[in-house]
Amino acid sequence: MTLLYSEVEEELRAAVRDLLADRCPPATVLARVESASSYDADLWKALARDIGAAGLLIPEELGGAGASAREAAVVLEELGRAVTPVPFLTSAVLATGALAGSGSGAARDLLAELATGERTAALAVSFAASPYAPAGGTSGVRAEGGRLTGRVAAVAGADAADVLIVPASGALYAVDAADATVEPAVSLDLTRPIAAVTFSDALGQPVADDLASLRAALELGAGLLASEQLGVAEWCLTTTVAYVKERHQFARPVGSFQALKHRLADLWMEVVQARAAARDAADALAGGGDAATAVAVAQAWCGEVAVHAAEECLQLHGGIGMTWEHPVHLYLKRAKADEIALGTPGDHRDALAHLADLPGPPAS
Amino acid sequence: MTVDEAAIKERVRAFLARHDPAATEPLDFLRARYDAGLAWVHFPEGLGGLGAPRELQNVVERELEGTPQPEPGKLVIGLGMAAPTILAFGTEEQKKRFLRPLWTGEEIWCQLFSEPGAGSDLATLATRAVRDGDEWIVDGQKVWTSSAHHARWAILVARTDPDVPKHRGLTYFICDMKAPGVDVRPLRQITGEAEFNEVFLTGVRLPDTLRLGTVGDGWRVAQTTLMSERVAIGGSPTRRGGGAMSTVADTWRQRPELRTHDLHQRLLRLWVEAEVTRLAGVRLREQLAAGAPGPEGSGMKLAFAHLNQAISGLEVEMLREEGLAYDDWSFRRSDTVDFFGRGAGYRYLRARGNSIEGGTSEILRNIIAERVLGLPSEPRVDKNVPWKDLPR
Repeated sequence: MTLLYSEVEEELRAAVRDLLADRCPPATVLARVESASSYDADLWKALARDIGAAGLLIPEELGGAGASAREAAVVLEELGRAVTPVPFLTSAVLATGALAGSGSGAARDLLAELATGERTAALAVSFAASPYAPAGGTSGVRAEGGRLTGRVAAVAGADAADVLIVPASGALYAVDAADATVEPAVSLDLTRPIAAVTFSDALGQPVADDLASLRAALELGAGLLASEQLGVAEWCLTTTVAYVKERHQFARPVGSFQALKHRLADLWMEVVQARAAARDAADALAGGGDAATAVAVAQAWCGEVAVHAAEECLQLHGGIGMTWEHPVHLYLKRAKADEIALGTPGDHRDALAHLADLPGPPAS
Repeated sequence: MTVDEAAIKERVRAFLARHDPAATEPLDFLRARYDAGLAWVHFPEGLGGLGAPRELQNVVERELEGTPQPEPGKLVIGLGMAAPTILAFGTEEQKKRFLRPLWTGEEIWCQLFSEPGAGSDLATLATRAVRDGDEWIVDGQKVWTSSAHHARWAILVARTDPDVPKHRGLTYFICDMKAPGVDVRPLRQITGEAEFNEVFLTGVRLPDTLRLGTVGDGWRVAQTTLMSERVAIGGSPTRRGGGAMSTVADTWRQRPELRTHDLHQRLLRLWVEAEVTRLAGVRLREQLAAGAPGPEGSGMKLAFAHLNQAISGLEVEMLREEGLAYDDWSFRRSDTVDFFGRGAGYRYLRARGNSIEGGTSEILRNIIAERVLGLPSEPRVDKNVPWKDLPR
């Protein structure tokens, strides 16, 4: 195991970063969130096709890259750094993870379509679901004779999906998005909005007999979300450091005041720890160790660090940080939504009580 | 010859064939190990090393497990601070004379840097060294000197030119702790014991051959020492749940009656912080494996100081009635910091020093902000003023 980046991972990062520098600067993201389509379909095609991001976690025999969670994590760092509005996490990680864990013929056929980027999927569970509560506590979809009925709220990536992977009555089904009703919600996170998905006697194709692969996919997603959070935090730290070097008040760069320097030094250390934790989770998910603990640690830490970094970024930008035109709000909204997504930091700490053998007080 | 893992293993095998650890006096064994280049493999040949990559030291340690080892406690300053500085700035004679007994533990080292009037602002120190022919005469007072009462040698920074700005008038010496005029007095701490000393230097004569680096270059030499110190102090546990967390976690598991919901939430937060800090240390060591300590080491010390303080504070609180008691206030010398052999109250009090010793957490934040993040320094009023004209 290693917590460093391999040469291959650095090459992948450079390819994604180049593409995003060209196609996804902050002004473009801001214009995108105000347009009719909340995600960037052209950019997603370029990522999926040119870089092979859509099939990164799909086996080679199904047309994917057969890469591991370590490589997917590097892509997510870059996507987080640019708050890129593409369905990589929701389709290429969460939905792909659920299908890859099933192994059924139907799942494999679907994966082959996802690998090329010709179709995009979403997992029809609440984005607030966690590996510890896979159904999010509110999965109200029933399956009867291959027909699905019910409603799921707060689904991420549904707007970009051609096919929905739906847990219903203890099994997983694939439903064509055209056979469901997707109602976009006004969302806190402008760059990854949520939607309510309703099924009314919709035709579902069984892709897994149980929900084991759903739980595994949520663990994979939670662990890799830490890398997205790392990317968000890094952008916030780098942008803030650059700003306080330039911004003058009292005839000095404001970054020369110890009150600010000490806050940024502490934030830098949090990001150093976040990188180690996110790498450890990715490495463990790639088969390098105790994934459950590594994922819980990374989520418990990185979720709060991303929010803290975005809040500090806003505060240290002063008034300009409160404006719609400055991109920091996109990062703050992403960070705050990510903190809830796939388990809150508190949910992950609760899980660690068990995983680290630190039980709570005896019931009185 | 490039030295790889196989070559190191072969070298250890050959060394053990000639020096049976069971049949050799421990000191003779350690001397022979040094002479075989297996003391610190990243040091040059002839000085206890093989000029090999630093990470191969782990191979040596594994292969020589169970054989006589240098006693780590008292050697911290010698190994962690004096040795890297002597290696970087010493003459060939100095390296040959000092490094071998330093490593084997025959000669203990201490550090004469801080003074009552020069803590965070070390460069303002007032201990004078005045040249007298081939000798220097040293007068002044040093403080926070651990191991001074055992030490044969010290690393010393003294002012050799008061007429230039403070950073430029310093020179680095090796101080003979047996020389007349060196007076070591224990300094009692809040824990009750005396881990540190005050050292009074009165007319101490040091030959010029004990100077390390050129006259006036003492600040630059001291930077090597201080960077190495922070890496040494910032050393992290290698095991998940190890270090300061292990004691409080064991108590937590064994004493369900002490658990509350509030403590549980705080304990889990600290467990996570300890784990991400451990992982950052693992990652830093991977990065260091090929290179030299950088400013990132300052971050690890900052993180560990906070963790040790928070964990030991939680432990005392958790113990309730037992937390009201203290194990021993008696005034005695302690040679090493025995963090785990004492009670929670001792750990709590001793950990308060973690954010002061070896660079306060405030200074470390400045270092991170300026050297890692590249933020501008505060306006300085002491920059181009001769040391003798600075307000004190």
